[in-house]
Amino acid sequence: MSLLSDVLSWALILGGCFFILVGALGLLRMPDVFTRLHAHGVIDTMGAGMILGGLMFQTGLGLVTFKLVLVLVLVWFSSPISTYALARAALKSGEEPYWNEELEIPETARIPGGGGAAMGEEEP
Amino acid sequence: MYLVCVLAILGAMGMALTRSLMGPTVFDRVLAANSFGTLTVLILSVLGILTRGPNFLDLALLYALINFLATLAVLKFFEYGDLGRRVDASVGGGVS
Repeated sequence: MSLLSDVLSWALILGGCFFILVGALGLLRMPDVFTRLHAHGVIDTMGAGMILGGLMFQTGLGLVTFKLVLVLVLVWFSSPISTYALARAALKSGEEPYWNEELEIPETARIPGGGGAAMGEEEP
Repeated sequence: MYLVCVLAILGAMGMALTRSLMGPTVFDRVLAANSFGTLTVLILSVLGILTRGPNFLDLALLYALINFLATLAVLKFFEYGDLGRRVDASVGGGVS
């Protein structure tokens, strides 16, 4: 039982490290703000969730695990809110989403007005 | 094993710091600072479990809260120009 929880916790922690590195690499390499927001979501959701989950398997039941759950809940609630506010502020200040001109889009899926800039029209 | 995790988080923190230094717009810098804060929460938790000093977890909890508030405050400042103005409900329902 102890061996099983150890193996599970190390697998979770190493997976979390992988997702954190992938997210940070995306934060460094992506072309504009909105795609970097996507990479930031990988860090916040998968990275934090897997690492804190692995730490929970290490500590067992108790006050420490409760605090870890509290940290995880706080991160998972605050991250989408701040990401949404950031995307909204960037869009309102006239930031253009990255758009690949050579991308073939079927006629039925096309946004009227063309390009990612049409997303701005949904703002109230 | 904890050392591997700490090193991975430190590498990711370096990448986020690089983005916050070379980010073209202010939103890139805010985003990099936000993810730097999340990584700080993670490294505080890992170090707290590693050194058997669970007081670090309180710091991590507080840091997550401050990180969230700081991001919203900076965004509100750059969106509306100041922090003290009342925002009417039709404009700023999400952020305020």
